[in-house]
Amino acid sequence: MSNTSARENIFARLHASSIAGASYAPVAEKWVPAPIEDKAARVARFVELMSAMRTEVHQVKGDEWVGKLQEIMKERGLKNLVYGQNTEISKKLEAAWKGQKDIAPLVPWTADIEEFRDELFEASAGITTTMGGIAESAAMVLWPSPEEPRLLSLVPPVHFAVVKADKIWTSFAEAIEALDWNAKAPTNALLISGPSKTADIELILQFGVHGPTDLIVFVVD
Amino acid sequence: MASNAKFNFKKSITDALADKQLRANFKFATDTLRGKRLAVFSDPEETMHLRKVGNGLKRNVLTKLPQLLEQLEAKCKENGIIVHWAETVDEANNIVLDLMEKHSAHKMVKGKSMVSEEMHLNKFLEDQGKLPLETDLGEYIIQLNNEPPSHIIVPAVHKNRKQIAQIFADNIPGVSYTEDTSELLAIARHKLREHYRTADIGLSGVNFAIAESGTLCLVENEGNGRMCTAVPPVHVALMGLEKVVEKLEDIPPLYRLLCGSATGQRITTYFNMIKGPRKAGEKDGPKEVHLIILDNGRSKILADKQLRQTLQCIRCGTCLNHCPVYTRIGGHAYGSTYPGPIGEILMPQVEGLDKKGSLPTASSLCNACEEVCPVMIPIPNLIRRLRDESYDMDGEGVVKGHGFKKSLVETIVWKGWKLTQVNATCNKLMLLGVQLFGNMLPKVGPLKAWTSVRTSPKFARQSLKDLAKKEGIRNE
Amino acid sequence: MGNNPAKVKTVYYFGTCLVDMAYPKAGMAGIKLLQREGVEVIFPQEQGCCGQPAYNSGFRQEAKDVAWKQVQVFSGNNYPIIVPSGSCAGMMKYHYLELFKDDPEYYEVKKFCDRVHELTSYLNNELKAQYTDKGSPVKLTWHSSCHARREMGCTDDSKALIRQLKNVELVEIEREHECCGFGGTFSIKQPEISAAMVHDKVEDIKNTGTKKFLTGDCGCMMNITGHMGKEKVAIEGQHIAEFILERING
Repeated sequence: MSNTSARENIFARLHASSIAGASYAPVAEKWVPAPIEDKAARVARFVELMSAMRTEVHQVKGDEWVGKLQEIMKERGLKNLVYGQNTEISKKLEAAWKGQKDIAPLVPWTADIEEFRDELFEASAGITTTMGGIAESAAMVLWPSPEEPRLLSLVPPVHFAVVKADKIWTSFAEAIEALDWNAKAPTNALLISGPSKTADIELILQFGVHGPTDLIVFVVD
Repeated sequence: MASNAKFNFKKSITDALADKQLRANFKFATDTLRGKRLAVFSDPEETMHLRKVGNGLKRNVLTKLPQLLEQLEAKCKENGIIVHWAETVDEANNIVLDLMEKHSAHKMVKGKSMVSEEMHLNKFLEDQGKLPLETDLGEYIIQLNNEPPSHIIVPAVHKNRKQIAQIFADNIPGVSYTEDTSELLAIARHKLREHYRTADIGLSGVNFAIAESGTLCLVENEGNGRMCTAVPPVHVALMGLEKVVEKLEDIPPLYRLLCGSATGQRITTYFNMIKGPRKAGEKDGPKEVHLIILDNGRSKILADKQLRQTLQCIRCGTCLNHCPVYTRIGGHAYGSTYPGPIGEILMPQVEGLDKKGSLPTASSLCNACEEVCPVMIPIPNLIRRLRDESYDMDGEGVVKGHGFKKSLVETIVWKGWKLTQVNATCNKLMLLGVQLFGNMLPKVGPLKAWTSVRTSPKFARQSLKDLAKKEGIRNE
Repeated sequence: MGNNPAKVKTVYYFGTCLVDMAYPKAGMAGIKLLQREGVEVIFPQEQGCCGQPAYNSGFRQEAKDVAWKQVQVFSGNNYPIIVPSGSCAGMMKYHYLELFKDDPEYYEVKKFCDRVHELTSYLNNELKAQYTDKGSPVKLTWHSSCHARREMGCTDDSKALIRQLKNVELVEIEREHECCGFGGTFSIKQPEISAAMVHDKVEDIKNTGTKKFLTGDCGCMMNITGHMGKEKVAIEGQHIAEFILERING
């Protein structure tokens, strides 16, 4: 229901204006933060900056994260954990939960949001994979998918995320290149750098305003 | 606060300056924000480099704006985003309303959008019986209190914790007064989560729209932007047509500039890149995504090669935080959607000098804004340009309402002044006059304004020219 | 007297209209500081205002006429043009280019602009002036004009000169970056905002605990000392050139 005359009028003015105001514009310089060559240094920087924004980061080897996850869930008395099936981490989750009676249940997200909305809004934690991380400004790259929908990292108050150490790049620009972002990015792609926060009251930083109050990241080597 | 003809800048300045609490709130906030910005941009060389990159990118966009917008439109369509064009705020408002009617929508959850403020969308929708709900915490606070934002980035910055506590207690049923910020936060979270879950439609702004891929980028910390764009079945995004950027690779420097300038962060909590509605097989996300691209005077601004620099703005608000005038009178005094230095140059161009021509007088031209602008908009020069157009002495004005200030008295004063500066005899006479009578001038007009808080200037008995002659300094 | 053995230079001096009318002693002091470095100073009697008041007030053509007059007055030789004000120097160095950007006179104006220097930066950078303090111990603070800071970038030079004076303790002011509220005709067109700004600036000066402030711009000085006078604040303001000259002459 686009108003075609509005579109035409706007473009008529824009074309006229761009000729009237034509001016030389130099090719913009590039800005790419200097690469951190050493992987350990990249990971260290990522961990340091993520932690500084109140993200809880655990550096673990191999599959250790699953045990750590169960430990944290017990400590915090989380009542369930929503996850997506058929992902890199789902098998490990399912295996670890199998036969366990004294642990809060694992809830697979299988239905469309319309049927799952109420359950999701009542959930106490969610877990997702990530595409990797960015060291120099400390963020995780998430590409939500049919298996791991976008709200999995947003609605539950605790968000667990798994980041592979060898997928931590120096900068956003590097991640764009490494992931072939333009060609492959999904419907919704995002960077997450910490728990939801605000400073709208007296510029005091407070966490957990709309999204997760806690972000817990496993950096897996 | 709408763009009404009765805007009385002088009175709103007087009122704002008299409000001690307001001044204290702004001083505290802007001092804090300046400090935070400086902590992120601590290396002057790198900052300068980054600003030059930002400037180059935005200037490039402006040289090919129609082409980029065409590309953006085509790519958005490919991605399943429905694109609408609005010449005026009325048209934009009606597009939103039509979309709501079409989906039988009553409740709208809104992420922060300055374009929606420009449209006065909330008022418009409320008048139509709809329920638009602000979800950004700052916007939520001022909506409860029925006020417009006083800052582009921190809308409730003019209120302190006690005032916010009172607003909550007065306006949210069942809430009692508490100054505990975490309690206030919990109340807002609880109320708004229910709204996200049940809203019929979500609305957001757009920080950058990438032409090559048809991607809408949304910068935020709270997660409300993600909620508004991912939970309701329909997402409507609003953007000014200058928000288009060419390529994905342009985003990292612009995003860094925006975060650092706006809130002194290296990165925000969320950077959201939306490429369309829910696709087959996906379990969430809106089923429809609409993009409304608003002109509202922007395409005209593009025509002038000096004034077009106004369109480079990425709405970071750092010029507000650094402006000695804004920090003292606050955002509301400007009576405009965009206050501070950027408002002084943008609003008169959008609404006309005859309506908003007083805004460019609110600058001492100290250049603080220009020094920090992430995309290097020469704000002081644009303020001078609008002052020129206000009098339009050369008759070449292009801004709506140019020449509104033309006055015979001022013209004579400046012509007379010129004569004393270019003609040696007149200069001598003027100096003589100043020496003889300068210290006896009646305190009227400009001198009255000056002496309201200052003693009269003391003119010397002998001018520097006299002294130089006496000392035998070589004349040439 | 001069302690600069370099070959004798000649410079032009642009006194500024405000110095001419209200602060001639400061203007003369600038000339003497230059002469002291073995520099011959030419002071063209036909000079006027730099044009900034009209330029900032919406009267571009009047500003341009006045600017063009100055370009002509200083066109006899290619000597540097020294200005005892960061604001007027900024106008002449950068804004004349803006005024003439579309005119055939642009290149002539550009040559003029390239010759413009602010006094303290010329003394410090070009002449490498060295001062021996003969005054008694004093504490003072420094006010930088916005254009000295952001256009001419000469604040550090001014301070470097002050720091050569061993009996002078320079106390830094808070919010040095912030405008004093003068802004030329701004102080008259927006008197209330200007008043609030100068009030805060005087508070910041008071908070340094000093009894004196120096500045390189007489516009700011007239504004700040004017408010101090009205508020009966016993703090003195002085142009940096006048102060240095007093100190080195004892």
